[in-house]
Amino acid sequence: MNLLEFFRGKKTTAPVARDRLQVLLAHERSVIGKSDLLATLQEEILAVIARHIKVDRDAVQIKLDRGATVSTLEIDVEVPLNAAKVFRPAGGSGIAAPV
Amino acid sequence: MGKVLVVTSGKGGVGKTTSTAALGAALARGGENVVVIDFDVGLRNLDLVMGAERRVVFDLINVVQGDAKLAQALIRDKRIDTLSLLPASQTRDKDALTTEGVDKVIAELKEKFDWVICDSPAGIERGALLAMRNADVAVVVTNPEVSSVRDSDRIIGMLDSKTLRAERGERIDKHLLVTRYDAGRAARNEMLKVEDVLEILSIPLLGIIPESEEVLKASNVGSPVTLNNPNSAPSRAYFDAAKRLRGEAVDVVIPLERTGFIGRLFGRRVA
Repeated sequence: MNLLEFFRGKKTTAPVARDRLQVLLAHERSVIGKSDLLATLQEEILAVIARHIKVDRDAVQIKLDRGATVSTLEIDVEVPLNAAKVFRPAGGSGIAAPV
Repeated sequence: MGKVLVVTSGKGGVGKTTSTAALGAALARGGENVVVIDFDVGLRNLDLVMGAERRVVFDLINVVQGDAKLAQALIRDKRIDTLSLLPASQTRDKDALTTEGVDKVIAELKEKFDWVICDSPAGIERGALLAMRNADVAVVVTNPEVSSVRDSDRIIGMLDSKTLRAERGERIDKHLLVTRYDAGRAARNEMLKVEDVLEILSIPLLGIIPESEEVLKASNVGSPVTLNNPNSAPSRAYFDAAKRLRGEAVDVVIPLERTGFIGRLFGRRVA
């Protein structure tokens, strides 16, 4: 705080700008940075799973958590009871429609 | 083989075209062979800032589409003969630029010039992506202001993912050029400091261009500021930045405009 501020008793604005940017960009970098990678992963993982079991698109959840030193990739697949029965060998690579 | 440099920012109005012209002229003054290309199809302005608006016959799109030869479209600067301009088209649509066409033109220019400087349009759309696509080096122009810093952060992300170098797994050299900086206001905590911007964007600093009347005076008469008034504060900052681009180690200082005793006492204020 310089003398001028002291007499005016006003809060300065630049530190506010810096703090707002730091919070905002930390969020935006995580969202924008992973969107491409996540979409690709989701599609490819879905394709692999669909080759072996019948699974609903919405039953596959993929999450990427980026930590300071380690990132974790979380894949959550809901497998229906009769999933194994609809196993189809080569040719059935598309995502199966619900029965 | 020349180096391809993109001058980009995301946000409009921060000084991309001014900086393209100033850096291009500064490098050319230093004896380098330089071409500056305007990628802002439909909103070209580099020709106007360089004072070549009445000499435009063919443009980038004519060359890309094969309607004109590169040599016919290039405009040689009347003040420095090692500086050339390839203007954008003012009438055509941005979609007239093809990726292959741009790659071919840049490859040809790299053969002829030491520096190929691409003046990017604002935004993160096709035009901006085409301007950065072939770049070896990027100059990210940023004002010490929240929206400009945010947009620069976005552009830095795109430089790391959408350029040919990034696709090949190579590094692209990124440099920060802070423009319209007012050291007085930053000292009074009314403006983000260069250190703040550097900490947030975390790319190396190329230079600090002070806010100055000289920039508008130069564009009024159609001359890069580094040619119009080479001893002015912004020009000295641009000349230093150009030296750093050439690999010289120059300390970063904020050049000051000469102000009177009263001005120094109270600090210069910009309305």
